[in-house]
Amino acid sequence: MNLRKYLVLVAILIFGPLGDVFLKRGMGQVGAVTAAHWIQVIRAVFTPWVALGIGFLLVFFAAYLHALSWADLTYVLPATSLGYVVLALLSTYMLHEQVDLTRWLGILLVSLAVGFVTRGPEVTPRKQREARPEPALGAPVRSEP
Amino acid sequence: MRTLYTWVGIAAVVLFSSAGDVLLSRAMKKIGDVGQLRRQIGIFGVVGRILTSPVFFSGLACMALAFFSLLLALSWADVSLVAPASASLTFVTSAIAAKFLLHENVDRRRWLAALLACAGVALLAR
Repeated sequence: MNLRKYLVLVAILIFGPLGDVFLKRGMGQVGAVTAAHWIQVIRAVFTPWVALGIGFLLVFFAAYLHALSWADLTYVLPATSLGYVVLALLSTYMLHEQVDLTRWLGILLVSLAVGFVTRGPEVTPRKQREARPEPALGAPVRSEP
Repeated sequence: MRTLYTWVGIAAVVLFSSAGDVLLSRAMKKIGDVGQLRRQIGIFGVVGRILTSPVFFSGLACMALAFFSLLLALSWADVSLVAPASASLTFVTSAIAAKFLLHENVDRRRWLAALLACAGVALLAR
């Protein structure tokens, strides 16, 4: 792991929640869309907040693909679960709510998950992934030297 | 009946997003480290490689199906049930799928991380 890779992970957990929050704000201004007036969804795409939200989500998706090109899925998912904390904080900030005990507990658990997974290696060596002999049940698992 | 519909909806979201994650991960591993590749063939070369990968598009299709299943599930049940349930269960199903389909080395540390994230997100995503 180097600085560039950490920045890609940070981009995932910042731009994903930002995109969601901007979309929510934009769609709140558009109002509830009924099936009969589905064309409003197309129009909504060109309103400033929704367009900005989509832009942020595109950056999020690019960063997500970037991370998956060099890290395992079981590394990327827990490592970026901090994005849910960012989303909870952003939405409570925008809605002026209190962060209650349940949410603090959630933040603690997610932070522990991030702490655990980022202390390990980010990728399974290619050799091990492609030709992995299934270890027999109970057999000691070989660790990579 | 409504409860059954809701959980079928949540199961669909979880399965499609895990399948999407696994397919996207496989596609990107096959393409290789995007950072290194960009230095060799340029950013347009990288985008070209991604946009010509059938595995990438099947992953994208699964993500789209997950999104529409989420919309359906939300029309049957409250967001305070659907959002945390589907987001948190995805951590566990993706870990299982990554172990058996992508042959990732999911050790005790990673299981613990997936379970902690699952529990934490369930508490947060309301």
